[in-house]
Amino acid sequence: MGKISNQELIQKISSRFADRVFAFSEPTGLLTFETSKEEIIEVLTFLKNDLDFNFLTDITGIHYPEQELPIGVIYHLHSFRQNVRVRIKVFLEEQQPTIPTAFNLWRGADWMERETYDFFGVQFEGHPDLRRILNMDDMVAFPMRKEFPLEDPNRVDKKDFFFGR
Amino acid sequence: MSDIKLAEAPPGIEGSGFFATSFDKVVGLARANSLWPLPFATSCCGIEFMATMGAHYDLARFGSERPSFSPRQADMLLVMGTIAKKMAPVLRQVYIQMAEPRWVIAVGACATSGGIFDSYSVLQGIDEVIPVDVYVPGCPPRPEAILSGVLRLQDLVRNEPMRRRNSDEYKELLNKYGIQ
Amino acid sequence: MNEPAIIKNLDRKETTTLNLGPTHPSTHGVFQNVLEMDGERIVSGVSTIGYIHRAFEKIAEHRPFYQITPLTDRMNYCSSPINNMGWHMTVEKMLGIQTPKRVDYMRVIIMELARISDHLVCNGILGVDTGAYSGFLYLMEKREHIYEIYEEICGARLTTNIGRVGGFERDFNDIAFAKIKKFVKDYVPVLKEFEDLFTRSRIFMDRTIGVAAVDAQTALDYSWTGPILRACGVDYDVRANEPYSSYEDFDFDIPVGTTGDVYDRYMVRNEEMYQSIRIIEQALDKIEKEPKGVFHADVPDIYLPPKEEVYNNMEALIYHFKIVMGEVDSPKTEVYHCVEGGNGELGFYLVNDGGRTPYRLHFRRPSFINYQMYAHMSSGMLLSDAIINLSSLNVIAGELDA
Repeated sequence: MGKISNQELIQKISSRFADRVFAFSEPTGLLTFETSKEEIIEVLTFLKNDLDFNFLTDITGIHYPEQELPIGVIYHLHSFRQNVRVRIKVFLEEQQPTIPTAFNLWRGADWMERETYDFFGVQFEGHPDLRRILNMDDMVAFPMRKEFPLEDPNRVDKKDFFFGR
Repeated sequence: MSDIKLAEAPPGIEGSGFFATSFDKVVGLARANSLWPLPFATSCCGIEFMATMGAHYDLARFGSERPSFSPRQADMLLVMGTIAKKMAPVLRQVYIQMAEPRWVIAVGACATSGGIFDSYSVLQGIDEVIPVDVYVPGCPPRPEAILSGVLRLQDLVRNEPMRRRNSDEYKELLNKYGIQ
Repeated sequence: MNEPAIIKNLDRKETTTLNLGPTHPSTHGVFQNVLEMDGERIVSGVSTIGYIHRAFEKIAEHRPFYQITPLTDRMNYCSSPINNMGWHMTVEKMLGIQTPKRVDYMRVIIMELARISDHLVCNGILGVDTGAYSGFLYLMEKREHIYEIYEEICGARLTTNIGRVGGFERDFNDIAFAKIKKFVKDYVPVLKEFEDLFTRSRIFMDRTIGVAAVDAQTALDYSWTGPILRACGVDYDVRANEPYSSYEDFDFDIPVGTTGDVYDRYMVRNEEMYQSIRIIEQALDKIEKEPKGVFHADVPDIYLPPKEEVYNNMEALIYHFKIVMGEVDSPKTEVYHCVEGGNGELGFYLVNDGGRTPYRLHFRRPSFINYQMYAHMSSGMLLSDAIINLSSLNVIAGELDA
């Protein structure tokens, strides 16, 4: 696969950031670690400029209601030259989660962050145009959070007894 | 003799040099055989509609040669694909912009009932916002099914009484949707 | 004091606001761009999307793994088999299933057919938007033939739901193989004819060369992938960089452009169709050498047994029950798997908590990420150029909005 092994990456990242990056793991071979929202931009900059992770594959979110810090923001980076990927997670508080934007590193972060805001309500500080992107502007809830119901609660045409509920 | 098939004349009284029939039937005949479609294609069913308009299935055979992309010159609104709640006002606006007489075909499961997308963001059938004349099932329906839907609509159009659009029932129907 | 109103306005710049979409015929789908126009030229634009947002990711959290395949169909509906296969391979990667080579090659055939059907629609529509309808009609005829192959294999034309986790639901029959062979033979002359109509056509060249040129650095900065990134000169293709489904066994070229304009995107897509035909030919040869009749991995935990065995065989009945009732254990892990879709890297990020449904499933949708530069790159462009730029980006509304 890649020209650089995950072990080398772990070593390089942890020698730079020491205990500010943690929880290293490799689910299905993809290096994953966590950091905090104070460090994230520095970590991303280091990965982009020094370790050659030039490509931002994806930004998305996740919600674990039972955790102390329930809202997660997940970055997937990809180094084209080394042909290796890395996944970074940052966990945030449920009320008013904020994290600095990656827009200044990659312009492509623009809509990915808007989508994450739309679904999970994560405020990306410094984002030039943080509005809802897929859902309607007048929506107040964040639909991908676990407590939000899948089906429209206002439906009148669906009789529960037809569905055995 | 060419092999072009002409539409059959409605029943009437025929003599030398004249043919008499009811006005309703003539108008119905003319309308039914030149329905101008307005393709309101949002997703997958729109791709099947592309195939329907293409050379293989050729919707033009049934008098729908000209897809009208302006609602003002269209007779038949074909709603193809999922209509999200964000899109519903747009669809309604397009319907209001169409001139009477206007007909609507809901093509595919999503337009008919929301289909497999029973979620907070999808309108569960376009008949929540506009009246629908023909429903075509399928996810997506095959081009033959779309053609069949158009033919069913032609039947409706052919037999529609002239006064239907002025009747109280029709006004009540539109009022139900809040359309004047 | 008495000067006419018209002179007063001379020093003021007048721009008009043009609302392009969401039902505009030239937008090929439902997206809206509010453009500020100075005559024919676009000054700035704002994109609005989400008009067919169907909450795929939310629905996926409530569906067992095998019921998510129909959702992926409806994402990029021009090449739904690629999405299906991508999803199956994601689940297989999570469960650690190794598929037999024959299954891999069968998948490659289907995926390359899907890539052809995606690219031909895009290039055909590009032709329509530059004012030539005939090329589109030639190619659409061939697309019907691809759909006939799909029908032979899975029974559906567009939203195929093809294959299962672990392989295919049934083997390709002889008619399917015959149709694939016929298609491979027939398609190249049609594509050549299509190229003759466009590639050196003065009108087409004048309309497309130099339009919406993007340099490689900007494209990477915006996370572009797929043919439009390769048109900028970056040779990134998931099929080569991280081979899945035994793509490493095949010999094919990855075409790259130089300028990243609409013409280069057209050329890259055309060349990719030739390469796809090459891959299918090789796959047909390779399948001959594999043992016949193998069309799924031997994973009774995951792959539904055939119905006649369910009725006659205790073991098969138990497996059937376990799979349908979601009693099968799955590992607690997370997977990112990507395939080269019609428009670029189609990624599946799956977080599993061991249940029968994903805890979280995120689709990295290339159309969504590729489209975000559109409003930005449109400024300064002529409106008619912006339209062909849009058709060459090949934004599929279903994939854009998820």
